[in-house]
Amino acid sequence: MKVKMLSRNPDNYVRETKFDLQRVPRNYDPALHPFEVPREYVRALNATKLERVFAKPFLASLDGHRDGVNCLAKHPKNLATVLSGACDGEVRIWNLTQRKCIRTIQAHEGFVRGICTRFCGTSFFTVGDDKTVKQWKMDGPGYGEEEEPLHTILGKTVYTGIDHHWKEAVFATCGQQVDIWDEQRTNPICSMTWGFDSISSVKFNPIETFLLGSCASDRNIVLYDMRQATPLKKVILDMRTNTICWNPMEAFIFTAANEDYNLYTFDMRALDTPVMVHMDHVSAVLDVDYSPTGKEFVSASFDKSIRIFPVDKSRSREVYHTKRMQHVICVKWTSDSKYIMCGSDEMNIRLWKANASEKLGVLTSREKAAKDYNQKLKEKFQHHPHIKRIARHRHLPKSIYSQIQEQRIMKEARRRKEVNRIKHSKPGSVPVVSEKKKHIVAVVK
Amino acid sequence: MGILHEHFFVASFNSLLALSQQEELVDLPKDYLLSESEDEGDGGGERKHQKLLEAISSLDGKNRRKLAERSEASLKVSEFNVSSEGSGEKLVLADLLEPVKTSSSLATVKKQLNRVKSKKTVELPLNKEEIERIHREVAFNKTSQVLSKWDPIVLKNRQAEQLVFPLEKEEPVIAPIEHVLSSWKARTPLEQEIFNLLHKNKQPVTDPLLTPVEKASLQAMSLEEAKMRRAELQRARALQSYYEAKARREKKIKSKKYHKVVKKGKAKKALKEFEQLRKVNPAAALEELEKIEKARMMERMSLKHQNSGKWAKSKAIMAKYDLEARQAMQEQLAKNKELTQKLQVASESEEEEGGAEEVEELLVPDAVNEVQMNVDGPNPWMLRSCTTDTREAATEEEDPEQLPEPVAHEVSESEGEERPVAEEDILLREFEERRSLRKKSDLNQDAEPAGSQETKDSSSQEVLSELKALSQKLKENHQSRKQKASSEGTVPQVQREEPAPEEEESLLLQRPERVQMLEELEKEEWFQNKELSRPVLEGHWSEKTPNNHPDAPKKKKKEQMIDLQNLLTTQSLSVKSLAVPTVEMLEDEVERNQRQMIKEAFAGDDVIRDFLKEKREAVEASKPKDVDLTLPGWGEWGGVGLKPSAKKRRRFLIKAPEGPPRKDKNLPNVIINEKRNIHAAAHQVRVLPYPFTHHRQFERTIQTPIGSTWNTQRAFQKLTTPKVITKPGHIIKPIKAEDVGYRSSSRSDLSVIQRNPKRVTTRHKKQLKKNSVD
Repeated sequence: MKVKMLSRNPDNYVRETKFDLQRVPRNYDPALHPFEVPREYVRALNATKLERVFAKPFLASLDGHRDGVNCLAKHPKNLATVLSGACDGEVRIWNLTQRKCIRTIQAHEGFVRGICTRFCGTSFFTVGDDKTVKQWKMDGPGYGEEEEPLHTILGKTVYTGIDHHWKEAVFATCGQQVDIWDEQRTNPICSMTWGFDSISSVKFNPIETFLLGSCASDRNIVLYDMRQATPLKKVILDMRTNTICWNPMEAFIFTAANEDYNLYTFDMRALDTPVMVHMDHVSAVLDVDYSPTGKEFVSASFDKSIRIFPVDKSRSREVYHTKRMQHVICVKWTSDSKYIMCGSDEMNIRLWKANASEKLGVLTSREKAAKDYNQKLKEKFQHHPHIKRIARHRHLPKSIYSQIQEQRIMKEARRRKEVNRIKHSKPGSVPVVSEKKKHIVAVVK
Repeated sequence: MGILHEHFFVASFNSLLALSQQEELVDLPKDYLLSESEDEGDGGGERKHQKLLEAISSLDGKNRRKLAERSEASLKVSEFNVSSEGSGEKLVLADLLEPVKTSSSLATVKKQLNRVKSKKTVELPLNKEEIERIHREVAFNKTSQVLSKWDPIVLKNRQAEQLVFPLEKEEPVIAPIEHVLSSWKARTPLEQEIFNLLHKNKQPVTDPLLTPVEKASLQAMSLEEAKMRRAELQRARALQSYYEAKARREKKIKSKKYHKVVKKGKAKKALKEFEQLRKVNPAAALEELEKIEKARMMERMSLKHQNSGKWAKSKAIMAKYDLEARQAMQEQLAKNKELTQKLQVASESEEEEGGAEEVEELLVPDAVNEVQMNVDGPNPWMLRSCTTDTREAATEEEDPEQLPEPVAHEVSESEGEERPVAEEDILLREFEERRSLRKKSDLNQDAEPAGSQETKDSSSQEVLSELKALSQKLKENHQSRKQKASSEGTVPQVQREEPAPEEEESLLLQRPERVQMLEELEKEEWFQNKELSRPVLEGHWSEKTPNNHPDAPKKKKKEQMIDLQNLLTTQSLSVKSLAVPTVEMLEDEVERNQRQMIKEAFAGDDVIRDFLKEKREAVEASKPKDVDLTLPGWGEWGGVGLKPSAKKRRRFLIKAPEGPPRKDKNLPNVIINEKRNIHAAAHQVRVLPYPFTHHRQFERTIQTPIGSTWNTQRAFQKLTTPKVITKPGHIIKPIKAEDVGYRSSSRSDLSVIQRNPKRVTTRHKKQLKKNSVD
């Protein structure tokens, strides 16, 4: 009689090296693992709750300025270095890892209106109320040297903003007109103007670097082409736009921070309709900056809060505020897309996590897997009412909360009125204007 | 009144008048001289008068026309505020001509100017705003076009399953410390002190890692160089070992034949080399010749190949009876001859070859020993081999079919390499033989010694010709062999093909019979079945048969040849016939439908009973069911027809608990659906979320689990990959044209500006023109 022996292939259960994962034989028969939907639902619910529990976005406050922080700039090569300009003309350079000020310069008399770094990171430019443009070395003065700007340009009018070209030794200032300067010259290469009101901000397109966008106090946004030395198009909105920011991953998309509490994302080829209207702020939006991934942007508002918007959503996914933070004037998203900095009226620069509940530091592979899984679960069950409620819940200061309620009522009333008007007038006589088109006054060629 | 005024002021206000009369001046003839014409239109008069008054009033200098004043302090002056003085008053050519009329010298100029005046005026250029607007529009279109190249990339990135930032892999550039330090200088006193100390001790300052000695040792040989050298050495060693192994192996070979072949090969090679050397380097060849001569001398001195050794003697005894021994001896002698033969060269033309060969044949002796007697002949041993060769060739020509057989035999016997060598040897021998023969004939015919130069030339020619002949022969041999092979191959094929048709025929003849038989059998069977089972459908079937019958049985036939069992079961056919719809059935259906419709129409008659029934069903359905856990066959006999005992069934039946009373228990006319769970409803999605178009889609996404409990590790990882991955501490730069495969503009933005601040391209101009037309 032949006896059959049990034989197993050791390849099936012996790992090749001790660094391999242990083979765990598993039976994936669905009958053995019932209730997959309820179980995953509970996991998603827990993940959402934990996310809220761990949502501690505030990291640090950099104090030292003796007046409101008016402008911020990132270092293009160094993640830890941040520059800030205050309303008393002081420029400070900060080290984020140490959370300390490493250099202080009295750059201007009056406000520092704008600050920008050169693309190589060796120097930076400031403009101030004293009608000057100054170029500074990024490194501090050597032993026995005095703190002096590399170059100073005396202008005829006040400059309100500055931005540096992304690849070349060219920068643009704005004020009465948009000037484009060569770094080596004291006169602008070309000046472009369209209209007579003062221009509050100018920004170079980071991808198609010859493009510029500016916004003026006569409620318009003007686009310029540097190579052809001509403005391209102008769009007039309901209210003044404070600043614009280009999407660093999509060449033709920019977002404008408006006084009417909203932000408008435009495709620059079709200015008559914004791609998206982002609304959640309850006061004028003062600054906006894109995440370097181009998927989200952060906005700073006069309502003492900053909000993070996904590019394709009209509502914000996050709102940051603290009791002590006053009107936020400037905001920047760091180049590794992990942190957000904001400078506010009450002389502080605050550092936030871009993802409120993210664990800082190195994650183990299991932590990473768990994080990814939880993220996917939250995404999967995001429409379920309980999870939605928990995920959306944010504590807001009373002022903002009440204002939101108030504005909701106002909006509802307006809507009702419009509906009534349409209802009681001859069909077709009252046009239905979409929310996107409502805020655009005109597009000027 | 107006006229009077005019007369009065003519002298002093000539120019003004000219201005007022501009319209008429255009119409006037060329030789028109300014005169005080009095016939004017009534309409023009009033206006002119007004103008005149104005002009006069402005003369006194007090109330001149006011310029627009700027009240604001601004660098920019709007063009709207600026007013041009004397608007609406044009300068006319006649004005300029008027003072000229006195001087006759300028008459020609005047004429020319008059001619110019008559010509058509150039169109006004567009105003500034218009031009700028056109510029802007053109520039905007251009820029939009440039930007639209990003569309596919943007779309791709938006739809991407996963994006990993930073997009481009950046190699960290680590500047060597020397470079960093070279720009750095010691400034503070402490630093200077430290540097002084370092300098004193000759410590490296710029490169703190290496002292000069270390550096020198590094420079002596770079790592790469060392590696290369080592590799070379290794290679050489390996080659040497291969060579040694090969030599050892060859040494071990005992086959005499092999060694013979090798020796011959070597000799041949040496000869060839010598030939070449002679051509290239005569001096070296001479040396070589001397060597050969020396070898010859040695041979002559020694008795090595004289058949006088012990071995040779023993062989000589055997030679009479043993062919091999005889051959061996002959070879020995041949060797001797070869070695002792003086190197001489004779010249001979190609044409003589044929004749010579014929002579040869006559001369050829049969016995081996006889050749030895032919002392004056150059190499009697070669003669024999030559003759055999020629004979062979002759036989080849006569009947090529016979020969290849032994050749093939040879091939099979000898090793692959050996055969061609032997052949060549034979040919070489022949060649040599011929040479010697020719020499002999030469010697016989005329003993004139040829010049050394001549002999050389002729010999080289000879070599060439002979080589040609040899190659031809070789080719012939090959061809003949091939032919043979092919002929051998084809014949059996043909033979093989022939019987096949016969076989087929026989099969063909046989088969139909068999098939027919089967068919008949089948038909009979089938008919019987048919008649038994469904006699009603027969008529119908007879209609259908021409369509479906012929191919169906045919297919079966082949199978049935193997298995007769299938013949008896005609299920498939009967099924087929069932599937065919019948007219009668259709009629039935129509009737039933009508009846049902009527029923439905009058269904309202029994609403109450239906409702009660429905409610009862709903109540039954909502009641919790009992659970029966009996397992038949446990503890008692089981099998077909056996039921578990009532006791057992009672024991294992779990009665469902009585649920809460129904809400519609006391409401006879109402059914309240109790399926909806309020507690669960709080967790359920009420509205279909945005991207989904149907609730099924959404449910499906929810029902597919993504956790590792339900998925393999790989699938789990794939399902949970995040959409955006960023690396901490890495700077994400804006997307670049180069990253996505586009060529970024080579010209810098700056250079373009500096070259043409306001460039108007031809396109611009075209558009301008178009606009002006509009």
